[in-house]
Amino acid sequence: MKTGNLFRKAAAAPHILWSVMFIVFPLLFVIYFAFTDSYGNFTFDNITGLSGYTNTFILSIGFALIATVVCILIGYPLAYFISKTAPSKQKILIVLLMLPMWINLLIRTYSLMSLLDNGGLINGMLSNLGLPKLKMVGTGGAVILGMIYDFLPYMVLPIYTTMTKLDQRYIEAARDLGCNNFQVLTKVIIPLTVPGIISGITMVFVPSISTFYISQKLGGGTFDLIGDTIERQFQNELTYNTGAAISLIMMILILISLAVMNKFADNDEDGGIIV
Amino acid sequence: MKESTKNGNVIIKLKDIVKTFDKETVLSGIDLDIHDNEFITLLGPSGCGKTTTLRIIGGFETPDSGHVFFDGEDITNLPPYKRHINTVFQRYALFPHLNVFENIAFGLRIKKTPEAQIREMVKEMLTLVNLKGFEKRNISTLSGGQQQRVAIARALVNKPRVLLLDEPLAALDLKLRRDMQVELKNIQQKTGITFVFVTHDQEEALSMSDTIVVMANGSVQQIGTPEKIYNEPVNAFVADFIGESNIVNGIMLRDYEVSFAKQTFKCEDFGFAPNEPVDVVVRPEDIDIVPFTDSMLTGEVTSVTFKGDYYEIIADIDNFKWMIETTDKVAVGETIGISIDPNEIQVMKKSEFSGMFGDYSSFSDELDKLSDLSQEDEE
Amino acid sequence: MKNLSRFYIGLIFLLLFAPILVLVVFSFNTSGSTTHFAGLSLKWYFELFKDKVAIKALENSLFLAVFSSLIATLIGTFAALGIDRMRNKKIQGAIKTVTNIPMMNPDIVTGVSMMLFFVAVGGFLHFSNSLGRTSMLIAHVTFNLPYVILSVLPRFKQMDSHLSEAALDLGCTPAQTFFKVELPSLAPGIAAGLMLAFTLSLDDFVISHFVSSPDFVTLPLYVYNQTAHEVKYSMYALCTIIILTVLVLLLLINFANADSLKKLKGKKAKRAKKLAGRD
Repeated sequence: MKTGNLFRKAAAAPHILWSVMFIVFPLLFVIYFAFTDSYGNFTFDNITGLSGYTNTFILSIGFALIATVVCILIGYPLAYFISKTAPSKQKILIVLLMLPMWINLLIRTYSLMSLLDNGGLINGMLSNLGLPKLKMVGTGGAVILGMIYDFLPYMVLPIYTTMTKLDQRYIEAARDLGCNNFQVLTKVIIPLTVPGIISGITMVFVPSISTFYISQKLGGGTFDLIGDTIERQFQNELTYNTGAAISLIMMILILISLAVMNKFADNDEDGGIIV
Repeated sequence: MKESTKNGNVIIKLKDIVKTFDKETVLSGIDLDIHDNEFITLLGPSGCGKTTTLRIIGGFETPDSGHVFFDGEDITNLPPYKRHINTVFQRYALFPHLNVFENIAFGLRIKKTPEAQIREMVKEMLTLVNLKGFEKRNISTLSGGQQQRVAIARALVNKPRVLLLDEPLAALDLKLRRDMQVELKNIQQKTGITFVFVTHDQEEALSMSDTIVVMANGSVQQIGTPEKIYNEPVNAFVADFIGESNIVNGIMLRDYEVSFAKQTFKCEDFGFAPNEPVDVVVRPEDIDIVPFTDSMLTGEVTSVTFKGDYYEIIADIDNFKWMIETTDKVAVGETIGISIDPNEIQVMKKSEFSGMFGDYSSFSDELDKLSDLSQEDEE
Repeated sequence: MKNLSRFYIGLIFLLLFAPILVLVVFSFNTSGSTTHFAGLSLKWYFELFKDKVAIKALENSLFLAVFSSLIATLIGTFAALGIDRMRNKKIQGAIKTVTNIPMMNPDIVTGVSMMLFFVAVGGFLHFSNSLGRTSMLIAHVTFNLPYVILSVLPRFKQMDSHLSEAALDLGCTPAQTFFKVELPSLAPGIAAGLMLAFTLSLDDFVISHFVSSPDFVTLPLYVYNQTAHEVKYSMYALCTIIILTVLVLLLLINFANADSLKKLKGKKAKRAKKLAGRD
């Protein structure tokens, strides 16, 4: 069996090598750039300089939080209602729900923009009715709407999945013990679907807080989110050191919050592999 | 104690096998001879080490110390694919991506057997296990019993010298299990291959085996024919594990005379030290209820259970609860007299198991069955 | 309750699909407008097909998707084999954690980290061009790997450990055991991983945005460049083509095998999880 062990050990070697080269090293470069100036000298200036971006961080976190909460409020009832429809219908509804996920985010955001734009369909209809145009693109509301629109399915799907996995006997037991429909929902279904909600939260919050395309298209350049700031440092201003510092802080913030949330969701599927 | 019952060549020899998992000793020095053409059963409760012993013979585990010999050759470190041994796995382990024919042909294909020969040999095997016409069937469409047969055929087609069977009948229901017991025994006799069978079911072991190896706590307790194991258990563990037994403390006064329950009995055992403390075994069916005039012991009946063709009585005799199986109807609370023939008394040396078994004071059928079930779940 | 449920589901789906439908409808519009539908035409489609950059982007995207998914599936399958049999749980955990970093990290961070890496290594080795086809291929393989491993690893866990023992018992060497017994039982997981990797690669924008150069443009990058400054109606046409392709594929899979929907759902959830980490 010794040869067998050797074969199996060697099997993971290419992957380990690849991961070190292209996952670990690049992250080390982020750290290196975050702590050096443009001449390669060690400095804390990049990190301390981030105080100038406090508003960006607050704005990004605020937008992402609002989008996440709205997604839960809209998505939870949707998942619940879908899980209650006839099984044949459920299949169709889930395919429909997944369809937008398969469509590139750029396209979805772009399609929303062409609806909300000054020259878009909604404003076109308003002016046809003789009403004044609404300025939508360029407002914070539009950016948040974009996040909700783009990421809602990612909230619904995990909640729906945990709901369908829910053992019906719990619900019957709750009924048996005197719960009405509403109590069954609040006392049994919601607590038992918390893992689904938590994975929904991570799946909406993380892309929302790091997005730059949504704010570029729907914010009309008025809103500078973390993603926009990083993108600008690397693509236009070429101030890698500041960009690396912002990226590092955002990564740490997100990984910490993911780890904390994972503690609440006993997600056995992937074994809770974060951190 | 280590002698086997079949004469003939020793095909597999285990010598002082020790195996530990995570510092827990699973096998503490197993010695065992397995003979050609023998149906040998490793019997014991879960955790006794029987499956580990089998896996060491099969080459799936390597012992920490000790040696495995095959035809006199040391195969301790030989990988499974180089051994002339095949295995019928517990849950069959049939390959789900192959049909019945391809599952059975698997080993032959590895050996690059010519196609025509493969076809013939597989057909022969399907006939042997009564599965003619199942060649093209998908594994998932087979019943438990049919899968079992395919697993046997898949192993036997390679013409192993030794076939290992790891609780192969555990997943079958009782009726099917009985049928397969007969069938397995037939196959073994027809093919003349040595079968090493692992089970925790004493009935199964008694009805199928030429030789039974009773194991407990990682060591061999007794090796012998089913009759010998049943009639002459060497210690309290064996007596209790095989069938029902009353095991009481006794004193071997001298050869052929033993004292227990404050009485002296004639017996057929000898060779103990004078006044040596011993365990005495009396099987419930060997106790007769007799009039008080002829009785050796008297006791009060504490429970009576109707079992169909007999009554199972628990009687308190000298503060020890005895189980008696009888066709006489007695009532709870009645005082009865009993008699035991000398040849029904089995005297055993004291062992680590003394005092652990053989008292029916807390006996309940239900508990017995439950513990049987939980055993099946493990291993 | 029943009516409320229907109304609610209907409303949310309507809102979800309205922008996409509008985009599809107006891609067939004669005039360049999103407000007035002047008449049916394929004008924007012809304009799109005349654009050599678009065709080249499609080629690049397909090249990347095919090769990055194949390489990731190869490396990832063997990695799953190795990880599954690892005795040392700490090392196993560490490898899993590192593997999953690209999945958990926001895509922008993954993209930025790789860009820094390629630029630095390229600079060190005096490459004239550190970013382009090669850096893109490496990046796509890297972010595909966790999804392949995620698809394949559970298959190892589900596999009856007696199956490989049975193969050894019947005379297979460990290598034969892997190819003859383990690989076939892994096949569904590997296929799922391959498909997932393929679609993820086709779909990726954020990481590509950072590790590519103007000479290697993929479809999402092309869409991004085209929509940067003004509304382009040929982009409506391209989006419509992409949407319809996705729709047809989904329906095909759905009708071909009702059972596969279940798997698709699982994949979708993983994909969703992955996409959560990206923008």
